[in-house]
Amino acid sequence: MADMHSLARSRPEEILLPAKPWFVMLTLLLGLVCNLTPMSSDALMLKPDFLALAILYWCIQEPRLIGVGIAWCVGLVMDVADATVFGQHALAYAVLAYAAEYFRRRVLRFPLWQQAAQVAVLLLLCAALVLLVRVVGGAPMPRWTYVVGPLVGALLWPFVTVLLQWPQRPRRSSGER
Amino acid sequence: MRHISVDPPPFFHRGPSPVARLAFFGLISLALLFADTRYRYLENLRQVMAVVLYPVQRAVQLPGDALAYIGDYFVSQRTLASDNAALRQQLLTQAPSVQSQLLLVEENANLRALLKMEGRLATTIVAAQVLYSGRDPFSQKLFVDKGEVAGVQPGQAVIDMFGVIGQVTRVFPYMAEVTLITDKDHAVPVKVERSGVRSVMYGAGTGRLPELRFISPNTEIQPGDRLVTSGIDGTYPAGLAVAEVASVERETGQIFARVTCKPIAGVERSTQVLILGHPLAPQARPDEPAEKDAPRKGRGRRR
Repeated sequence: MADMHSLARSRPEEILLPAKPWFVMLTLLLGLVCNLTPMSSDALMLKPDFLALAILYWCIQEPRLIGVGIAWCVGLVMDVADATVFGQHALAYAVLAYAAEYFRRRVLRFPLWQQAAQVAVLLLLCAALVLLVRVVGGAPMPRWTYVVGPLVGALLWPFVTVLLQWPQRPRRSSGER
Repeated sequence: MRHISVDPPPFFHRGPSPVARLAFFGLISLALLFADTRYRYLENLRQVMAVVLYPVQRAVQLPGDALAYIGDYFVSQRTLASDNAALRQQLLTQAPSVQSQLLLVEENANLRALLKMEGRLATTIVAAQVLYSGRDPFSQKLFVDKGEVAGVQPGQAVIDMFGVIGQVTRVFPYMAEVTLITDKDHAVPVKVERSGVRSVMYGAGTGRLPELRFISPNTEIQPGDRLVTSGIDGTYPAGLAVAEVASVERETGQIFARVTCKPIAGVERSTQVLILGHPLAPQARPDEPAEKDAPRKGRGRRR
């Protein structure tokens, strides 16, 4: 865990390189691929929304690259892939992106594990929007396991952060130390 | 006196504010939601995006396929031999019915020709593989790897080796969406094989067993009865196994008995499925009776 903390952005002397747009797109594509991966029904219960996690991460870390508009477009793609009503994921992701932009300064001040708690709230908000649209459309209420996915997503947050920040870390020049 | 421009110089120009963007995209989302649920205007857009998504959907299959391939490679000789023996045994037990089937089909066709009735056997069969199941916990849907190019049409029945698993509801060029019989919005016209009682089986959504509604308490039905498609809807060919009655509750206070059923087919397990062609072209419906406000009956067919 200590290692995790040392890798987090809170280390003051380290300034991250700017994220590359193609890398952001690649991670969004990976999130989509993870969402579409076939799983058995037991694992499906635990499955977080990887795409929402990726959007949230980039909206918090690089709000100038990706915002409400791109999140909305990605949501449309997810609607088609998931065969849900058009606009359902789009609406949820757009609100998620906005909330991320609103809270990003607060979230970034905390160490990773406390960030995860705040991310859990945002992901639950996203899931609640999807639920709201479905219930208005006449779907029955899901079982309580519905909230497990977003919570698992929040637990993945520190790992996602470390993983996605890897290409942005400045390389030590050989002369240093 | 000169006026200073009120607007700040565009050093930090970032377009409309986040709130404005959120309002804009939120409104579009709501419009889309409305247009899609009420009128289904957007099927063309969906088709185009589905084609774009297809490579991703195939790429997702690769790791699983690779694992399965490697797993196949290391299957032991003994497993193969025992599998082979079991399959031979199965073939042998099914042989009489298969052999008599040809005879029966011919006889049936002759009798129907004599009676001037139309044939009702499925015309085409397309074998397909399940790509993935929907991630959505609310709906029970599958995606299969055959689409319009392979001749799949909306409304066709989908079965596996044991019985009915669902119905094609959307067709894309290279894949199709199948709504399972356990979906909340899906209904199958069935009859009880033992007693011939007709009914309609409604899906109940994830994790709940489908049920027969509006069964009066004195109906001849009991747990363990097999339900087969009745074929009166023009969608499902008659006689396909659908479900087994799991429980029948007859409460004195209720007008109808509560009947739950357990699907026979591997609705959530099958990976190989068959898509059956339409049994016959649906005939033109007779004109509606004069009164317009009569309640419409469910037809077991999604709009």
